[in-house]
Amino acid sequence: MVTVAISGMNARPDNPGPGVAVARCLREAADLDARIIGFGYDALDPGLYLTDYCDAGYLLPYPSAGDQALAERLEEIHKSDPFDVFIPCLDAELPNVLRIEQQLKKLGVRTWLPSEDQLKLRSKERLNELAAHAEIACPRTRGITQPDFFQRCDDEGWKYPLVVKGVFYDAYVAHSPADAAVAFNHIARTWGYPVLVQEHIKGEEYNLTGVGDGEGGLLGAVMMKKTGLTDKGKAWAGVAVSDQALLDAAQKLIKATRWRGPLEVEVIKSPSGTYHLVEINPRFPAWIYLSAGVGVNLPHALVNLALSRPLPAFGEPRAGTMFIRYALETIVDLGQFESIIVNGVRE
Amino acid sequence: MFYNRHPMTNESNTTRREPLIDAKLVQRLAVSDSGFVFDPVSGHSFSVNETGLRILRLLKEGQDLPSAVKALCDEFLGSAADIERDVLEFAGLLRKQFPA
Repeated sequence: MVTVAISGMNARPDNPGPGVAVARCLREAADLDARIIGFGYDALDPGLYLTDYCDAGYLLPYPSAGDQALAERLEEIHKSDPFDVFIPCLDAELPNVLRIEQQLKKLGVRTWLPSEDQLKLRSKERLNELAAHAEIACPRTRGITQPDFFQRCDDEGWKYPLVVKGVFYDAYVAHSPADAAVAFNHIARTWGYPVLVQEHIKGEEYNLTGVGDGEGGLLGAVMMKKTGLTDKGKAWAGVAVSDQALLDAAQKLIKATRWRGPLEVEVIKSPSGTYHLVEINPRFPAWIYLSAGVGVNLPHALVNLALSRPLPAFGEPRAGTMFIRYALETIVDLGQFESIIVNGVRE
Repeated sequence: MFYNRHPMTNESNTTRREPLIDAKLVQRLAVSDSGFVFDPVSGHSFSVNETGLRILRLLKEGQDLPSAVKALCDEFLGSAADIERDVLEFAGLLRKQFPA
């Protein structure tokens, strides 16, 4: 049996983290006998209490506490509940995890993650540079620190609507300088600086997820068209597609970065049929359960890569397979909640 | 009748032998017996009625306009001109749904 720890157990219906979906994929993976530990940052992260998917749940210190606080907490958990593989699922925690990767290795914990350099290369501020290198269209993106940019951006050729984004999360379409300033202030308060401004591309949203082998290869890509969006622009319904042009674009990006680890490539297909790269996320997406649904269980592949095991056999992803997200309530015993609040562990 | 003449050549459309729609596009479409159509590249789906389903199947078989019209005339009531117009209109809708 292998014990896999997974973070990102937050699962608010309008914008869930990927952790529960990753755990669900591993639960359903054939030929994988896994014990699953869920890591959360908030006592109300539902994945901590979902016994169907997580055999144990623990709270971690917020990423702002720094890498050593994370290392100490993981070491403490590992002492009482050893785990073999760690799959971090949130953008904001990844820099800390990468800085303590060697400490984790000493504990015997395996990961399959990009390097710090690779992480920087796909950052939203450097997206244009990477897209140019991989010869993929990409809307102009710029990091700003002052909202007065929105009053004068027209002089520099920026036309409304614009997309205002956080470094890690959040994106708003702003139709005027006033809209943009509100979005800027909200994002700066939540995610800090710089705030990113991106040209708005009209078209349909497609996403691709896969695992980079670290040598320029992309393993088991799964592509999806969003067919239903939440108010936050997140997919609540989608359908698996199979588009060679999108796959080619993703492979160019993987090759350019020699990406190691999970990733999600977000693109918009303009009416002319051109794909525009809007984001690369260094983790599995919240819709990763679709990968199990189409017969390409990517979290299973990641665990095997981390453990140097042979990859599971994948067929062609079944295009036309859909997902529809829904919300459920889980019943939590007060004692379990208390245990999370007081001890940071679900007992 | 307008649809019976090629707008550029003034020839009857039924003399045209070129494909009505990109053959690769038609081949990739998944078509169910109930008329539900799914494009695995774009993710778009739509449904067609019995006549549309028959036209789509003829296009998937690689039939050109004259042979498609002839096959439909054998199966459905209606003049060749009306059927040809319907086939052209349907092909136009498909092209609009799936631009090259």
